[in-house]
Amino acid sequence: MENFTPYSALAGGALIGASSALLLWLTGRIAGISGILGGLLSLSGGGLAWRVLFLAGLVIGTVLYRVGGGPLTDITITSSTPLLIVGGLLVGFGTALGRGCTSGHGICGLARLSPRSLAATLVFMASAAVTVFVARHLVGS
Amino acid sequence: MASLVAFFISGLLFGLGLAVSQMVNPAKVLAFLDVAGDWDPSLAFVMAGALMVALPAFHFIFRREGPVLTPKFSLPLRQEIDPRLLLGAALFGIGWGLVGLCPGPAVASLAYFKDSTVIFLLALFAGMGLHRFFLKPRD
Repeated sequence: MENFTPYSALAGGALIGASSALLLWLTGRIAGISGILGGLLSLSGGGLAWRVLFLAGLVIGTVLYRVGGGPLTDITITSSTPLLIVGGLLVGFGTALGRGCTSGHGICGLARLSPRSLAATLVFMASAAVTVFVARHLVGS
Repeated sequence: MASLVAFFISGLLFGLGLAVSQMVNPAKVLAFLDVAGDWDPSLAFVMAGALMVALPAFHFIFRREGPVLTPKFSLPLRQEIDPRLLLGAALFGIGWGLVGLCPGPAVASLAYFKDSTVIFLLALFAGMGLHRFFLKPRD
């Protein structure tokens, strides 16, 4: 556990919670990233500008962290291209079918005390942990 | 106009949070999900930190008649725990566990200029498009 970083995780989490609260307080919307991304595909739905601005903020927030000298200077992705494609398809299809992801169900849904979001969060956490177990300890070893 | 600024600012805070917490790093996410290996429980603290702020904040926000800049709250209407919710969450979890990216970090990671995150995001959009194409009409 030499990479254990509870303080920066707590601080980052608090920023995410503050962002979700600010969005709900000012605009009445839930900070669910999969829903915001999915809305980009619906040409009739409207609301293109705010979705693009929120997502641009998401990237620029991370850029500011890098420019400001944040300790995470690079990220590590080891998945092969086929795995990236399969993983992306599953995340896109699954979050559309289940109507939410880590942010929408895992943070906003739990903060709203929604039983539906609690069920979704328990299922995707368990399924992700089982997937990593299979990939790392059964297949990959 | 003011609400557009609000969207940008909250996106900014969210992206900063994903970077500070290192949730944007797939290796960190996979180390968190690898409970049987060299487990790094850090990311449990991301959810704890987020809920410590959002739980009380949401409680007070929902006491209001509506949000500050728009007429009313736009909240999910569904309440029931149905097979689609559970199947969707399970499939999402598999994809998350395979690569270590969920939608928020997948977008934020563009700040690290890697081809792999672009490929992942394109596949994510394709997955959402498949859902829309095959399942939306029956919704």
